[in-house]
Amino acid sequence: MRRRTALGYGATALGAMGLTLFVGWWRVDGPGAPEAVASLPIPLTEMDFRLTDHEGQPVGPETLVGRPTMVFFGFTFCPDVCPTTLSDISGWLDALGEDAGQMNVVFITVDPDRDTVEAMAEYVGYFHPAIRGWTGAQDQIARAAEGFRASYERVPTDGGDYTMTHTASVFLFDAAGGFVSMIDYHEPREFAVPKIRRALEEETEGAT
Amino acid sequence: MTKLTIPMLATLTTLALTSGVALAGSEDVVVDDAWARASIGVNRPGAAYMTIRNTGDEAVTLTGISTPLAMMPEIHESKTNAEGVSSMAPAGEITIAPGEAAELAPGGLHAMLMQLQQPMTEGDSFPLTLSFSDGGDVTVDVPILGIAARGPEG
Ligand SMILES: [Cu+2]
Repeated sequence: MRRRTALGYGATALGAMGLTLFVGWWRVDGPGAPEAVASLPIPLTEMDFRLTDHEGQPVGPETLVGRPTMVFFGFTFCPDVCPTTLSDISGWLDALGEDAGQMNVVFITVDPDRDTVEAMAEYVGYFHPAIRGWTGAQDQIARAAEGFRASYERVPTDGGDYTMTHTASVFLFDAAGGFVSMIDYHEPREFAVPKIRRALEEETEGAT
Repeated sequence: MTKLTIPMLATLTTLALTSGVALAGSEDVVVDDAWARASIGVNRPGAAYMTIRNTGDEAVTLTGISTPLAMMPEIHESKTNAEGVSSMAPAGEITIAPGEAAELAPGGLHAMLMQLQQPMTEGDSFPLTLSFSDGGDVTVDVPILGIAARGPEG
């Protein structure tokens, strides 16, 4: 308990900063009290889904426990938001340097009909090497999205094609699988990188 | 175009006499920082970005785009709602006030290039024509950057 006092100041400062950001988010984007509680991802340890990574390996939420984790949803036929998010994440990982190697970074497709294992492999190959691509059966993707409280929908387009709407936030978890925070779409790097560092640090604290 | 006033008609006539074509505004459009991301093959739609500036003293309205690269090019807008859900829809006509600019940038307005006729290869470029309501066209050469590019500088 004594060692916590020194840490306490830092934690208080971080907490105050977090609170400020949270209040800001609440006022600007907050969907309202009851929904906000329901919209936070559950711990990875309580999720249950079976997917396949871009190298063909079976994966699930348990694959992510043990290291801090960054997860986001998207699809490779997305011309604007998804490549931008992947580029942003690649930039954040570059900024983290070697620490990026201690994280799980996972891109889960919401369009498994078009995003096969091969399609995911080719696509993630263009971004930071730490990024893994997960796909699988529709019902398993739905279960994953449910755990993360992410939503998505198939929308037909003019040409007889379709596009997807989807949650574009990036979810951060600590090494124990607990939800830490969310990076909203297009959040500046000054906010994103410290948030990721916080998820990384919770691992070290948990380990001591 | 519902209220064509006498001075406007006079301006149109003058323009028609001086330039031979009756343009009202589009000749003052300047396009900066155009860029696009490379594509993987032709099955996925591409996207291009740029800043469209109206340097004149009349509003201009962008009504459509065309390019030999894609059968169905269209200006789209991506939006992210309060719940963090992103979606994308045709933006319709875009009116740019005098001295103002329309910013086509990641996560907002973009030139969506559907039904690609050939892959978009990094290092290549392609022509994109912007059509305005006065009948004028502006064609820009759009350089193709890498898939992971974040802006006109890569
Ligand atoms: Cu679009």
